[in-house]
Amino acid sequence: MSNKVKSDEHSSAHGHGGRHPRLVHHFDSMEQQNEAGNFGMWWFLLTEIMFFGGMFTAYTVYRHMYFDAFAAASGALDIRWGAFNTVVLITSSLTMALGVYHAQMGNNKKLTMFLLLTVLLGGVFLGVKYIEYSAKFTEHIFPAASNFQWPPYEKPVAGHAETQQLADPVFTGHVKIYFFLYFVLTGFHATHMIIGMGILLVLAWQSWKGKFSKEYHSYIELFGLYWHFVDIVWIFLFPLLYLVDRHL
Amino acid sequence: MKSAISQQRFNRDGEPQTYLNNGHGLRSWFLTKDHKRIAMLYLVSVAFFFAVGGIYALLIRINLLAPNGLFESDTYNRIFTTHGIIMVFFFLVPAVPAVLGNFLLPIMIGAKDLAFPKINLLSWYLYIFGAAFTVIAVIAGGVDTGWTFYTPYSSTYSNSNVLLAGVGIFIVGFSSILTGLNFIVTVHTMRAPGLTWFRLPLFVWANYATSLVIMLSTPVLAITVSLLAIERVAHVGIFDPAIGGDPVLFQHMFWFYSHPAVYIMVLPAMGVISELIANMSKKNVFGYKLVAMSSLAIGVFGFLVWGHHLFVSTQSVYLGIIFSFLSFAVAIPSAIKVFNWTATLFKGSISYDAPMLYGLGFIGLFLIGGMTGLFVAAVGLDVHLTDTYFVIAHFHYVMVGGSLMGFLGGMHLWWPKMTGRMYPEAWARAAMVIQFVGFNLTFFPQFILGYLGMPRRYATYPPEFQVLHIFSTAGATILAIGMAITICYLIWSLKKGQRATPNPWGAAGLEWMTTSPPPTENFYETPVVTWEAYDFTVVRPEDVTGMAAE
Amino acid sequence: MSEHIVSKKVYYAIFAALLIGTALTIGAAFINLHNFNIVVALLIAAVKATLVIYFFMHVKYASRLTKLCVALGFIWLFIIVSITMTDYLTRGWFTYVP
Repeated sequence: MSNKVKSDEHSSAHGHGGRHPRLVHHFDSMEQQNEAGNFGMWWFLLTEIMFFGGMFTAYTVYRHMYFDAFAAASGALDIRWGAFNTVVLITSSLTMALGVYHAQMGNNKKLTMFLLLTVLLGGVFLGVKYIEYSAKFTEHIFPAASNFQWPPYEKPVAGHAETQQLADPVFTGHVKIYFFLYFVLTGFHATHMIIGMGILLVLAWQSWKGKFSKEYHSYIELFGLYWHFVDIVWIFLFPLLYLVDRHL
Repeated sequence: MKSAISQQRFNRDGEPQTYLNNGHGLRSWFLTKDHKRIAMLYLVSVAFFFAVGGIYALLIRINLLAPNGLFESDTYNRIFTTHGIIMVFFFLVPAVPAVLGNFLLPIMIGAKDLAFPKINLLSWYLYIFGAAFTVIAVIAGGVDTGWTFYTPYSSTYSNSNVLLAGVGIFIVGFSSILTGLNFIVTVHTMRAPGLTWFRLPLFVWANYATSLVIMLSTPVLAITVSLLAIERVAHVGIFDPAIGGDPVLFQHMFWFYSHPAVYIMVLPAMGVISELIANMSKKNVFGYKLVAMSSLAIGVFGFLVWGHHLFVSTQSVYLGIIFSFLSFAVAIPSAIKVFNWTATLFKGSISYDAPMLYGLGFIGLFLIGGMTGLFVAAVGLDVHLTDTYFVIAHFHYVMVGGSLMGFLGGMHLWWPKMTGRMYPEAWARAAMVIQFVGFNLTFFPQFILGYLGMPRRYATYPPEFQVLHIFSTAGATILAIGMAITICYLIWSLKKGQRATPNPWGAAGLEWMTTSPPPTENFYETPVVTWEAYDFTVVRPEDVTGMAAE
Repeated sequence: MSEHIVSKKVYYAIFAALLIGTALTIGAAFINLHNFNIVVALLIAAVKATLVIYFFMHVKYASRLTKLCVALGFIWLFIIVSITMTDYLTRGWFTYVP
């Protein structure tokens, strides 16, 4: 072996001068690194689609089998809260998108502001969710509770006068299935929001500290994809859960 | 391009720089971001779980020596469930991708590492974390539902540790998702200059297809076990027939993952076989593009056939017929592979070293496993054969005869590359033959048992089945001895094996153009690929003999 | 990499469209369209989702590979829902009379 090189001189293997300080050693260029991150995020979202897909499958099956129960149970949800939350989440998607815009512009101050605004809107959404969830407990329509009853406790249900009064145990079982699906679908959705808000706070702090720049902001973009995905899930959940059979 | 071998660097002690001596101590292993070291971590953990699963297999076989069984029926239930869970989720699924794939995929495409090294390490920790839950479940008394966790038994009636095992499987699912994510992104974004898609080694193609399957199916398993766990805890859920839930929906969702999971287990092994056959007969794989495409086809078709596990449930018979037809269709891409491997052998200069023996063993056993798959894919015949030992024998021919043979073949082919040492060839050939004999003696009688009506998962059986069961247990013992021999000489070779040259087989592929074992960054400068896959004219004789390196 | 900078105007326009979509969804739910209520609801949701994916998530400006990746997700969602539903829709066709 002729060219013995000492191990501590290995940096010459990288070869290229002028590497961006944020460029990890095994990538050749910033572009390759960003592309890998972006593509990886999309594949992660694909797995998320399939994760919710399992629940959507179950929803489709039981909605087909027990449409009457689903229609009646859906009537017990408050459409106003649902609509309000839809608007809140869409707005948070807008603030996130504007955050990405300011990240691309390299405007750290506005980026921080929009990230915090997004957290705030996420908080509003979860607050409303809390109000809705606790209503399910007081109305005795939380499926795992032993005092579950249908029709709900002291609450008239919109529409379907002939089915809502049925205290038939079979029908009540089907209503339970609806509320089970309601809680797992919205519960996993809310879990995604909570994780997202945690990451948002970290990103907002980093942005306030000046970590991101016009050249380096891929984490903001990648997180934006995640946040929009959570929004999309809700866009489907709202009509599927709140609007099963609203017309009289 | 200068060869990475001629640029080999030496550390202060004059030893060649390799990934193995770049840092010592526990910290350098457990916090490593080097894909090769992570592969070694996976190898040790996967081998451990293979041994544990193997011990449980032997317990099953010991129980079945006598018609009345040696264990309590309840104990027996827990034994076969543990065997199934450990072998499927902790050995077969991660074995080839997480060990061989992790080690080789970046080298084969001329990259320094996988796209996300930290995520790669995280994936190993998730594997260990998930495994810990499962081990606790086993120690705390085991699980008795079978590895399929069918509801409502698992959700309502079983009083074993379903929840712990479910959490373990949920976590280990994320581990394989992260590996799949890494592979897909790496193959897309990090191929060396000139390495076009159709110049990729077939092992890379197979792992790419596997990763697609992992990414699209594993999340469904995650949500299914989550719903099962919630149902178990909350005593209410969608699989509970008492409130109108349909247990068959669980089977749909479970097999939407678990049927593709079969391809997660066997596709990467098929990739290994393509490498073995090509390199050991010194020929390009016959119909390279077809073999590459058949990996993708198997991956896609694999998603459309899950219902053939539900033929005797309340699943619609009309859908059953469609599933039956689609299951037959998967045989086409599988057959393409077998035909093309066989055609590759034609007029090749074949060497019968241990990796090749495993390769040939794979072809034969996978053929039997695949063909009997057609038996059980036929709706009418399956009514007779379902849940009998015929099914057990069928999928062990695919899983052990296929995946395990592929894994061991790959381990032997790349052992010199991974460790820098040769394994003892004579021992390896002998062990392979012992394993082959033992395997067939174990599982062939089970075809007959199943056809005669012996149901699976029973601790006892009528006395007339005893002869066949004794054959099977004898075979399992021989198989275990063969495995023990392999494990012993591989460990022995780590210290005492002959040092390997960069390319001991005269094989083609980028991984043979770097040193054995490779340096941390695989190549000192990014290779430029100007040749097609399996082009043996670019193999340099001095790399094979190692003479120039002296 | 989608280093394409989308102007703020586009974002506001999409936001307005999403709000209109939400209003339309609620409105449509209160009209009796029989079996087509769900179709309309899902169509509107799909359009809203597409707008988010195309503009907020920059897929309009992304590579064909990314587009393919997104499509793959929805195709596989369709596979699991549709094949499973095929079972439930055709189960009743066959009745066994001993």
